[in-house]
Amino acid sequence: MPERKVIVESEVGLHARPAARFVQTAAKAPIDVTVAKPGGTPVNAKSILSILALDVRHGEAIVIHADGDGAEQLLDELAAIVSTS
Amino acid sequence: MEVLTGAGVSPGAGYGPAYLLRADVPEPAAGSRHGGDPVGEVARVEAAVERVAADLEERGETAGGEARDVLGAQALMARDPALASEVADLIAAGTSGERAVYEAFMRYRDTLAQAAGYLAERVADLDDVRDRVIAELLGLPSPGLPGDASEPYVLVARDLAPADTALLTKEVVAAFVTEQGGPTSHTAIIARALGVPAVVACAGATIIVNGTPVLVDGTTGMVALVPSEEEVSAALRSARDRESVLTSATGPGATADGHPVALLANVGGPGDLADAVSRGAEGVGLYRTEFLFLDRGQGPSEEEQEAAYREVLEAFPGRPVVVRVLDSGADKPLGFLPPTAEQPNPALGERGIRVFRTFTDVMVGQLRALARAAEGTEARLQVMAPMVATAAEARWFADACRAAGLPSAGVMIEIPAAALRAGELAAEADFFSIGTNDLAQYAFAADRQLGALTEFQDPWQPVLLDLVAMTAAADVPCGVCGEAGSDPAMACVLVGLGVDSLSMGAPALPWVRAALARHTLAQCRAAATAARAATTAEEARAAAREHLPGLADLAL
Repeated sequence: MPERKVIVESEVGLHARPAARFVQTAAKAPIDVTVAKPGGTPVNAKSILSILALDVRHGEAIVIHADGDGAEQLLDELAAIVSTS
Repeated sequence: MEVLTGAGVSPGAGYGPAYLLRADVPEPAAGSRHGGDPVGEVARVEAAVERVAADLEERGETAGGEARDVLGAQALMARDPALASEVADLIAAGTSGERAVYEAFMRYRDTLAQAAGYLAERVADLDDVRDRVIAELLGLPSPGLPGDASEPYVLVARDLAPADTALLTKEVVAAFVTEQGGPTSHTAIIARALGVPAVVACAGATIIVNGTPVLVDGTTGMVALVPSEEEVSAALRSARDRESVLTSATGPGATADGHPVALLANVGGPGDLADAVSRGAEGVGLYRTEFLFLDRGQGPSEEEQEAAYREVLEAFPGRPVVVRVLDSGADKPLGFLPPTAEQPNPALGERGIRVFRTFTDVMVGQLRALARAAEGTEARLQVMAPMVATAAEARWFADACRAAGLPSAGVMIEIPAAALRAGELAAEADFFSIGTNDLAQYAFAADRQLGALTEFQDPWQPVLLDLVAMTAAADVPCGVCGEAGSDPAMACVLVGLGVDSLSMGAPALPWVRAALARHTLAQCRAAATAARAATTAEEARAAAREHLPGLADLAL
């Protein structure tokens, strides 16, 4: 199953505006997407509350999984959101 | 007249009938069950959620700015699929829609509330979404405020959420009173932005009956119920007097006997410029350039930097603009530089100018961009380096500035070593700018981020005043750009210690200008001497005030 490991570069971590953009992008896709800290339990990437509760800080790594049509492209988009900003 | 007391967080006085923001939405009874149609019940909740989310988005779009982000995030919370599936599970087990929403929200609430800082602050946002969905399901009046009223009202609430305040204006709200909240709460921030008086942490506020005439003093924290006409007019008059004192102090900063003190603005990016100009800043005393560098995978090009620097220089023709070169460190790492080795004490590690010893090209690029930005503008560009400890570092920086064609190179004095040998540094630098926050942190070896150690951050600590005096005595112009300069009483003391210019957040400028205009240089010096003779911060503050009688006019 396709996945990306990315470092969260935004100063506020995966919170606030970057978290909202991340969730909005994931929610538009018709396929399942999850996020986890390396070795942690994956959570639904379309759930802002689950993402906030992960409490990913600046400089931490996350692993994004997606499965289905367009997974690769979606993962690229999501990785771009967290690795720039 | 009954009087409640809270913390005044936005100055001024306001009077009007109380408008009590909806009492809390009741908690749906535990164990309440639906009528036996789980599919219909889920659909009912989904429809309510969608109405709430759409309403939040619409309010955000109307309000714009930061409110749009906050309300947009709340809409995402309302539509959260993980939450929806918990609600559906509870309903499938027979729980009523209202109770299912309540329980599902509370599970996430507990997770967020256990975290610190940003996450804990989101709890209020989450509670607000929960209450809106439950109110919608119960058919309670949609929460919200009258956007127009026959007369301005005093808005009373337990606490205020961004959705409540997004569409408010000064014309409809005379004052804010909340039972909870602190000086950095949403209520305080929005009140100051609107210029409306506000009192927070006011115990008993929510028992005020709707329509009760309320008088609010956002400076003293007084909330008076059913005041007499005389009391109202006296309070409004003194607030107006204070206002007129502030607006009447115009022009360049100076003491009552004409000793000039340049009043400059601290600017963190182009967005701060309009405020600085409108409040009469005589230039920029601290232009922080971090906004160009942080949060990015690739450093800004010299062209991009040049454009950003030119924007600030053009806003102040003929005036000083002091630009601080990039102040990064282990606590503010740069994405486009290789990570430094782990530094156990970032505040004592490679910060400020120390970073440039390794990454000199970043500094040289910044200096070149600054020199080009200054071409063709009339501002007097001055450049300074943060975290300079020794004369050798000051010389190294000044040489780099001269090589780039920059006429004025200064250093920040924020390390006690630099203050103690200010004379040596003055031989290498064109000017000093004292950063009082870091100077206090390093003088007391007390991390400024630690709440438990805030007493050491008090700028009235006499030892800090000693370090300022030593710095100001050196033979170059000396400014202060830390928080200390924005306290009007402290500003007088700093001038008495020999400081030539003060730089601060723009809102403080009128207060400091008014305070200086009410005292002579001799009074400022006497206040400074008295403060340095004290042994504690409290004693220093009290001793200085005895020499600064004009502060009373400002109700300070």
